[in-house]
Amino acid sequence: MSVNVTKTVEPPPLEFHDLTVAYHKRPVLWGIDLEIPKGQLVGIIGPNGAGKSTLIKAAMGLLQLNSGWVKVFGEPIGKNLKRVGYVPQRESVDWDFPVSVMDVVLMGRYGHLGLMRRPSKKDRNIARDCLEKVKMLPYANRQISNLSGGQQQRVFLARALAQESDIYFMDEPFAGVDAATESAIVTILHELKAKGKTLLVVHHDLPTAKEYFDSLLLLNMRVVAYGPTEEVFKYDLLQSTYGGRLTILSEVAEAVREKS
Amino acid sequence: MRHLPLIAGFCLLAAAMPVWADRIGDISETSVIEQAKRFFSFRDPSVRYALIGSVLLGISCGLMGGFIVVRKMALFGDTLSHAVLPGVALGFLWNMEKDPVAIFIGATLAGLLGGAMVALIRQTTRLKEDTALGIVLASFFAVGICLLTRIQKMPGNKGGLDEFLFGSAASIGRSDIILMAVVTSLAVLLVGLFYKEFLVTSFDAAFARAAGFPVNIINYALTLLLAFSVVVALRAVGVVLVSAMLITPAAAAYLLTDRMHRLLGLAALFGVISGAVGAFISFLTTNIPTGPLMVVAATMVFALAFFFGPHHGVLMRWWRQKSRSARVQRENTLKAVYHVLEAREFDGEGVSLRELAERRRETLDEARAQSDALCKHHMATLHDDGDAIHLTPEGWQRACEIVRNHRLWELYLTNEANIAPDHVHEDAEIIEHVLGEETVRELERALNHATRDPHGRVIPGLADLVSGSTPFGSPETVTGYTSR
Repeated sequence: MSVNVTKTVEPPPLEFHDLTVAYHKRPVLWGIDLEIPKGQLVGIIGPNGAGKSTLIKAAMGLLQLNSGWVKVFGEPIGKNLKRVGYVPQRESVDWDFPVSVMDVVLMGRYGHLGLMRRPSKKDRNIARDCLEKVKMLPYANRQISNLSGGQQQRVFLARALAQESDIYFMDEPFAGVDAATESAIVTILHELKAKGKTLLVVHHDLPTAKEYFDSLLLLNMRVVAYGPTEEVFKYDLLQSTYGGRLTILSEVAEAVREKS
Repeated sequence: MRHLPLIAGFCLLAAAMPVWADRIGDISETSVIEQAKRFFSFRDPSVRYALIGSVLLGISCGLMGGFIVVRKMALFGDTLSHAVLPGVALGFLWNMEKDPVAIFIGATLAGLLGGAMVALIRQTTRLKEDTALGIVLASFFAVGICLLTRIQKMPGNKGGLDEFLFGSAASIGRSDIILMAVVTSLAVLLVGLFYKEFLVTSFDAAFARAAGFPVNIINYALTLLLAFSVVVALRAVGVVLVSAMLITPAAAAYLLTDRMHRLLGLAALFGVISGAVGAFISFLTTNIPTGPLMVVAATMVFALAFFFGPHHGVLMRWWRQKSRSARVQRENTLKAVYHVLEAREFDGEGVSLRELAERRRETLDEARAQSDALCKHHMATLHDDGDAIHLTPEGWQRACEIVRNHRLWELYLTNEANIAPDHVHEDAEIIEHVLGEETVRELERALNHATRDPHGRVIPGLADLVSGSTPFGSPETVTGYTSR
């Protein structure tokens, strides 16, 4: 690739430089240097407390950084908020909240509307399409508390789709969902990737990680490894990510054995 | 002793408003009806003020209450409303009179300071929110009481400050009304304009922040509006109970609707109703402070929603459960009729009540009651002087469906879940009443359209369900299955 070509190329969707984040002076992420290229479906893997959620929250500007910086498409996150979509952990909200499924998905449009503006007919149509994609359109007028865990996750996914972003951050979208939802989410992730979107997905299940993602970020306070799944999903790398946790180790051994 | 400050308050107002002078003399003589007539004639400015004030405070408290209830901040509202008390006293001390504006500013500042203290304690110590709220509520309230007591003992123009504790709609004056109108309009306007922002930050703050909404500013704005609403409601409701006017109408609304905008509307409506009813009753019986009356009225509204709410109401839930168990009972009777017919190979149409009672191991009276229930739902007719029961086409169809559900489920458990055939009956007894059409189709496919249950009995086929035909002849023709 010649120099004059790279000049016209868009800056990478996500770039961390020497990022450190601490809670109560205890570092959770430490000196993260990372560049995620466009169109990648990245699984973020690591033990509990490795800073997986912290990494994506820091990327979205939800946390105070202790040092370093994050750039989204070459600019500070504040300038590119509309290009970022977010699927938070399902438990982060109160599912008895008096809103319908449609209301929640429409919230995905709010960022595009600006202050005081109400969602238009067009926004409703987009929300409807997104609900259709996750097969939740029949539930559009249901109150959200009547949904199962998998359905809740689909609603969150539909809301993120309605954001029509270029880079998506998803915090454990596969946690506690049924098999049908799991495969529906995987399909949508791959569709988004095919459209050139960049996706960072926090994932907790090793055996499925190697099926779902084409690249993996092994994280434990620092970046242990980042690269294509077949290069990174290696016994020694996983071992140094999960360091000494026997139960996990056996799981890793099992997962590696299955793969080879 | 308790009404002393209240009477003092009246005296103060009597001096300010000549219209009032004769009213105080009247109270002991005029009847309740006379007073009510007077209330509804709106002749007294004080009545008008009390009523307008109650309506305004009902709206602002209802709206703000809606947000604090869904945000699980009810105790924060309580703390904030108690924390305003020292500010009330300081506002009074400012120029030694009940200047609404000075008191408004003092009270708002004290309330916000209380809120800030809660945040400070929570962020800098290991104490959790509820403890921080408890400390701030008690300490600010204590300081407020001390200051008020001092003021009460001071010479000169005093008195009437106690009404800030328990409220007195009658003491609302013109300048209070203006202040209330400004605050209520502000609350309605801001909630109307920024509804979407308030909604998304209340539901999912992290998402709202990631989508670029100024979550902190929105939260501060909401806290400020909350403080304003509390402060303007103080006159009528009093510090001690004002949080109930925030929480109770909104809680009642939450029981009645599943949508936020309706919740806010209902909360405001309930606030208005409770405020107006409280003001009215306090006008009839002047020795009860307004605040408690308004709160009792709001609690009545809540009780109505609690018992009679169409979805979440206790009574409706009870009724739904009762009608469900009645349906199960009817379906069991239908099933028994089917079993009796099946036992005699569908020979003849009627089943005598004695056969039915034997089948269900019940008395004849119980069987009669159940067949009456079936007749009432057009599922059966009685023949032979009420001694035999014939199923109508609908009844027959439902009976087939139930038996079908039961046997399909038994078969499914035996084949797919590897449960022994003698263990499946109890489970199927429950499942048969709740299986939907969709699930039944799925079961059929999973079972390869089997025709016999694990006990070797025929599963009634689709043909019966569709045509609703009454059974004649052999089981094969009944079920619509030929040998295949």
